[in-house]
Order: sequence, then C-alpha cells, then structure tokens
Amino acid sequence: MKIIVNTGACVGAGQCALVAGSLFDQDDSGIVVVLNDAPDASEEAAARKAASLCPSRAISVQDD
Amino acid sequence: MNKTHRVVIVGASVAGLSVAENLRAEGFDGEILLLGNEPHLPYARPPLSKQVLLDNWEPSQVSVKTGQELESLGIEFRPSTSAVSLDVKNKQVVTSSGIEVFDQLVIATGARARKLEANPKIKTLRTIEDALEIRADLLASKKVAIIGTGVLGSELASAARSLGSEATIVGRSKQLSFGSIGSALSSQLEDLHKQNGVQLRLGVKIREVSLGSDISRISFLDGPDLEADLVIAAIGSEPSTEWLAGSGLEIPNGIVCDKNGLAAPSVFAVGDVAAWFDPYTGSLSRTENQTSAIEQAISVAAAIANHRESEPLVPFLWSEIHGVRIKAYGWFDNQPLTQLECETQNGLLLASKQSSITRGVIAWDLSPKEFRQARDLVSQSLLKLQTAN
Repeated sequence: MKIIVNTGACVGAGQCALVAGSLFDQDDSGIVVVLNDAPDASEEAAARKAASLCPSRAISVQDD
Repeated sequence: MNKTHRVVIVGASVAGLSVAENLRAEGFDGEILLLGNEPHLPYARPPLSKQVLLDNWEPSQVSVKTGQELESLGIEFRPSTSAVSLDVKNKQVVTSSGIEVFDQLVIATGARARKLEANPKIKTLRTIEDALEIRADLLASKKVAIIGTGVLGSELASAARSLGSEATIVGRSKQLSFGSIGSALSSQLEDLHKQNGVQLRLGVKIREVSLGSDISRISFLDGPDLEADLVIAAIGSEPSTEWLAGSGLEIPNGIVCDKNGLAAPSVFAVGDVAAWFDPYTGSLSRTENQTSAIEQAISVAAAIANHRESEPLVPFLWSEIHGVRIKAYGWFDNQPLTQLECETQNGLLLASKQSSITRGVIAWDLSPKEFRQARDLVSQSLLKLQTAN
C-alpha cells in the first residue's frame, strides 16, 4: 500500500494523526505530515480509516 | 444466516458513500447500489461553510469520489434518485426510478436545513448550490444578518467578516452553542466574535423578517429593527425521513438504532438521519457531524460484510471560527467546563469532568500535539469506566 497526501487540501482537523499516529503527524499549523508512506500489513486498516475520516479527503491510499 | 448479495444504500453523501467504500475494504463482493437524490457525485459538506465560502473552492473540490473511482470499486451510483417508501418485511425500497430489492439496506438520507417559520424564504445552507449562492451573496453584501446561534451561525459570521461584510448574529437563545458541547463555550465564543467585529443580538424574539431585493429588515418583539442586505438562517436541521412514513421504523428525532446502527432486521441507518443508542450515556443521540457519520459507516460496513461488532463511538467535532480551531472530543451534555493547563499561548484547554472522570476535552486553538495528549485523558477515563463495569 502507498499513502498519498495533498497538503494543499488538508484543513488540519488532525483525524489522521488520531487514528493512525504511526503513519501521520501534523506540523505546527496542523497540516498533515506523512511519517511512513508505505505502511506494513498491520497498519493498512488504520491507513484506510485515516483516508476515510479525512474531512477534506486529502489522503488517499493506493493498493499495490 | 442468509448470505448478503445486494446492499442498497439510500443517500449518497459522505455517510452513504463511506458505507459503500468500507464494504469493499471489508472484502464484500456482492452488489452495491448507491442512490443519491442530488444530481452530483458524492461530496463533503463541512467545506461548504468553510472553504467554499472563503477560499472559493469549486464544486469539484468538495467531490469525494470521481465516477471512475466509483466504477472501479464496483459501486453502482445512481444520482437524482430519491427514495419514496420502504417495505421492511419484503425488503424493498420504492424509488423515483423503480423498485429495488435488498438483502441489507442502509439509510443515509441525511437532514435538511430547518426553515424559519417567520419567513421560510430566508436562505439556508445545506447543499453545494446553497453554498455557491451564499458565497456570491456574501461578496455582494455589506451587512449580513445570521439567524441562529449554533456552530453554523458562527461559521457564517466568520465567513462574512473575512469577506469584508458587517455581520450580526441574531438568536432566540441567550447563548451561543457549539454542537454537543451546548452553551458551555458561549462566553468564549461571544468574546471571539466581538474581537472580530461581529455584533450579537442574543435572547431576542423575531416578529417578522421582510426580505427586499436591496434591503431586508428583521423586526423584533423587543428592541430596534435590524437592517441587512443579506439574511441567512442557520437554525438547525431536520432528519429526512418523510419517505419512511408507514415503514414501521421508530422515528422521534432521527431513526432509532441500536448501538450497531440497526434500525430493523436488515435495515441500518447512518449519519445525520440516524439516532444511535450510545452505550456510554444510555441514550439515543443524533450526532450531526461528518466524523460520526463516517465512523458509523465503517462500523455498519463491518457488521454487514463480516458480522463484526465495532467499539462504541466517541463523538468528535471541530470547526474553525475567525481562524481559531476548536476541537471537541468526548461527551459534554451542557455541563460546566473546567480549565486545564496548556502550553499553547492564547490557547485554552477545557474539560468536562464528572468526579475524577474526564468525559470530554475541548481544544481552543491548541497545537495539534496538545490536543492529542488531551484526548488521551478521555480515552484513559473510558478504559477506567470499562474496567469498573
């Protein structure tokens, strides 16, 4: 799986960092920072949930 | 248990779409029919009162899935189709384009903006068309009156000020409220609005609103008239459930569901139209925010695809008003708030406490990290509660 983010669309709600803290963080102004764009199998569900919960749909996941 | 071959989802906003997406993520390989009564591809509503008004977002930017993406997920999407009635026993939905049978049904018909009784012609904000129209109006106006003391009223006032208009919030309530937090944040919100030049006319009774092409006038039972060149009503929403009359579903304020979103055998409801049983509070709650809608969708998809029960949901809502980010996590029930220490300058960390249990936290302009730490206070309390039970 590969995680792709569009920081231009991010509104800084922080949902991704809440549900998948090992994959996402936020910078000081709240904008998404990807910690790991290639999650391992155990993190894939969390990555999907983060993408799904993002209020501005700034995160997408691509299956290999 | 009968195998599920066909899931019909009525309502193609984020709640309905998320059920469809998550069914596929859960490995469901049957048919998915997604019906939407709007002519558009599924779109997100939170940006309507924020980026669409302020940053001139195009309709394509609020879209959450392209037609191609829906197709590649094997989701049959039918726009401009509304549900007319439901037959629970025979597992059929009558729609404006024919009868659809289902093995499992998910109702996600959402809610619509409540109209002001004194004048139902006053504009409201719910759809992308509403948002585009209000943006154009805001750009052309100098004085905006917003009727409504909730989050949307505050967001509209904030947008009006950013676009250079004068703004007045008018409300029957004496206090401003913020979703499930209720009025406990009222004084902070009032201060924030005043600092940003918003006038407040709270605790007033509207007698009449006369809309004019140039100047509109709100008159009150008490106090002087208010003139504005744009009037918007943001006085809450009503669940869209008329089509369910005679279905046998229980609908006092939203469709009554158990803690897994089940409203009747093989019938689920998610999003603004649904009132789920909340095991933490022991009551029904119709939580009108996108996060809850998506979490409900994830949970219902897991139930349908894999008969898996999900953890009860913790409410989370957020908004941005005059550039201040406000996030709330947990339960508040209109309780007074306790202020906790925080590191962020000019930020505020507030908690809703019941004896030693932190039931909810509010981050007022806090750094994302600090909010996440504060959120753990609620999670720890929940763990304590679960162990105690």
